Amino acid sequence: MSSLKIPKPDELIKIQYRPPKTAWQDTPVEFRPGTWSYAGAAKNLTALGLPNPRAWQPADLDWKLPPDWREIILEGMKERLEKYRSFRLFMDLCVRCGACADKCHFYIGTGDPKNMPVLRAELLRSVYRRYFTESGKRFGRLVGARDLTVDVLKEWFYYFYQCTECRRCSVFCPYGIDQAEITMMGRELLDLVGCNINWVVEPAANCFRTGNHLGIQPGGIKDMLEFLADDIEDRTGVRVDIPLNRKGAEILFVAPSGDYFADPGTYTCMGYLMLFHEIGLDYTMSTYASEGGNFGLFHSHEMVKRLNAKIYAEAKRLGVKWIIGGECGHMWRVVNQYMDTMNGPADFLEMPVSPITGTRFENARATKMVHIAEFTADLIGNGKLRLDPRRNDHLRVTFHDSCNPARAMGILEEPRHIIRSACNVFREMAEDTIREKTLCCGAGAGLGNEENFEMRMRGGMPRAMAVRDVVEKFGVNRLACMCAIDRVTLTSLMEYWVPQVSVMGVHELLANALVMKGEKERTTDLRGDPLSL
Amino acid sequence: MNLIGSIIAISLLTLLALGISASRDLSGVLTAVVPYVAFAVFLCGFVYRILKWGSAPVPFRIPTTCGQAESLRWIRREPLENPAGAWSAAGRMALEVLLFRSLFRNTRVEIAGGRPVYGSAKWLWFFALLFHGSLLVIVLRHLRFFVEPIVPWVDALSALDGFFETGAPTLYLSDAGLLLALAFLFLRRVVVARLRYLSLFTDYFALLLIAGVAVTGLAMRHVFPADLNAVKTLTLGWATLSPAAAGETGILFSMHLCFVFTLMAWFPVSKLMHAGGVFLSPTRGQANDSRRRRHVNPWNAPVKVHTYEEYEDEFRDKMKAAGLPLEKE
Repeated sequence: MSSLKIPKPDELIKIQYRPPKTAWQDTPVEFRPGTWSYAGAAKNLTALGLPNPRAWQPADLDWKLPPDWREIILEGMKERLEKYRSFRLFMDLCVRCGACADKCHFYIGTGDPKNMPVLRAELLRSVYRRYFTESGKRFGRLVGARDLTVDVLKEWFYYFYQCTECRRCSVFCPYGIDQAEITMMGRELLDLVGCNINWVVEPAANCFRTGNHLGIQPGGIKDMLEFLADDIEDRTGVRVDIPLNRKGAEILFVAPSGDYFADPGTYTCMGYLMLFHEIGLDYTMSTYASEGGNFGLFHSHEMVKRLNAKIYAEAKRLGVKWIIGGECGHMWRVVNQYMDTMNGPADFLEMPVSPITGTRFENARATKMVHIAEFTADLIGNGKLRLDPRRNDHLRVTFHDSCNPARAMGILEEPRHIIRSACNVFREMAEDTIREKTLCCGAGAGLGNEENFEMRMRGGMPRAMAVRDVVEKFGVNRLACMCAIDRVTLTSLMEYWVPQVSVMGVHELLANALVMKGEKERTTDLRGDPLSL
Repeated sequence: MNLIGSIIAISLLTLLALGISASRDLSGVLTAVVPYVAFAVFLCGFVYRILKWGSAPVPFRIPTTCGQAESLRWIRREPLENPAGAWSAAGRMALEVLLFRSLFRNTRVEIAGGRPVYGSAKWLWFFALLFHGSLLVIVLRHLRFFVEPIVPWVDALSALDGFFETGAPTLYLSDAGLLLALAFLFLRRVVVARLRYLSLFTDYFALLLIAGVAVTGLAMRHVFPADLNAVKTLTLGWATLSPAAAGETGILFSMHLCFVFTLMAWFPVSKLMHAGGVFLSPTRGQANDSRRRRHVNPWNAPVKVHTYEEYEDEFRDKMKAAGLPLEKE
């Protein structure tokens, strides 16, 4: 957004943690440019059959809500209170101890008290109390209840689209109250009256129709992958196959589409292709299930299911035995927490067994879907790959635990094992900023758009500063991560806060070091940068 | 405003207690009827709330993981941070309930030198644990009022609690701990700007109410001794369902009772219910095994999906042009 005035980093870091004079119930939301996202376009809502498609923007005075919007929301709330114990419990359980307050990257980066998870949740709780608890009906504000007004709805919109559902707060909460769950419910309720953002609706609409977020049609996918194969041949002298929609393959591989359409994810994708070629894996990719990511997660549980359904359907159609999934954040949140329950049982598939090492992936016994970091770490652990870590000697690497795999799954050691095997210089960031305490890129959950740039830089600031720390201490120049959204959004975050650092996927690092049969002498890495051998 | 409101509420409650103790009839109600009503409200309310939460399904496995998952054999996993089965999930819950594991993780952040700096912050963990631990010991010690003869372990607990034998009668460690912790939790809410900002009336009221119970109890023990025989006669009467008329138990005792019964009756509708709710928390109580075991959603919603056939119908020509295999030519 060139017309937006973006503060310089040294201005932006001047954050005041002083709450405003007025109580939060009396402080209306201000849609300051650079801190919110454009409304979902009517054509995308229509494509998904979502309610109330219309032309509007959040900064408008009139949001063109349906006349009975309040009843719709309250009815939706009632339904969800009955369907999800998490929602019902998290509305009641909080004691407002404030342990979560300074854990949210948006609070750290803005100082806005409504970004403290406890208060962001109170935005919804106050309405819940007013309409669904006796004390709230009777005593109102005294017990923290308030009426559902248009201003409250606007506040929900602003702050529920200012939460990346990273779940960091949940780690510190004594009851495990998860703001991500509350944000998901808040967004579902907003969806019911047609209030959502385009960066969430458009990828979902595209994914529904074409199978991937960018709306790339089958030929486009093939072209892009062939193009990556050309690049691989150029760097290594080895021509890799691009199996697409191939029936009877042993394994279906599903990547986040960000990896084959956006730099620097493309290098990670080249890494996948090189690895599979080198070990001679019998696999295929699919144009129909050409997306691992699932923007349904930023909509509603129903949308998660609708978009996720393609993976099992395609595995069945192609007759594969099991599935590998690429480096993606919320894709794995969906696979781990929802896929089998929503779209299983995957009883037409077989127990995942690595054809190279014979390892049985017992932890994926039900879903039949293995994370590529598990798969590759197993290959390395069994000595099946020849790696020359010196080829990464021009890189000084640190690792960003992507929020979703870290806090929804606990995939922490596998990527580290790959990184340690593939490069000689690996430095961890500060203890309070990695593993389950990892900080968000600031733009997950569909907030990675340009009009929201200032908020992204604010939300990502804590992560960026942790990177800056290891840059100053250890001369780190490369940030590895395991998520396609990270690869895109951390790139602009680094450009803004720590320009000497660029971003890569773990399998790009691996592929740099991978010694392939029949390769020519490598003089550059996958990006064409000269090696310092 | 919230703070002032809760101070007013506590003051009103105190005045009520004074009024009750001045009237023999009202005192009779306070010592013979109210205890049963308060206890019944507490018990039924507690059970109702638990059943209400428990009756909502947990459609998906959503544990927050805080350590390495069970994965490849040679990767060290952390079952208590990332439980793979029911036993480790139970262990994790025990760590949470008994030792406040998550609060132990607490950090604080400040901007220093143009960047956020994180520091360890165990104060909340320490005082929260002190508060709850003290409260538990105090409640258990009160059993001596409700059983005759006094069970030995209650005496032992009291002896241990008064180990240092300071003052006469001995000051209990749990009493001191509770007051200290209450003071910390209260001052934290008042002094820290962001906590003041997010605190509601009920947050202050809960602390002040418990402080009211504690202060009147301690005053009866250390400053204006209550007639323990009269108290015990009364409490034993409650326990044996034959409430005796109150003897001369004093104003402080009436206040103590008013605070305690208010606390009991308010408990089920208040945030104090976290005591029961924590056990039901889906992010803490479940094992992270949804890739290993199938879980069924009781209401698994039917949705409209985009089938491969529809996809191929739309893109057939383009797929053909790209040389991709087709189901139908």
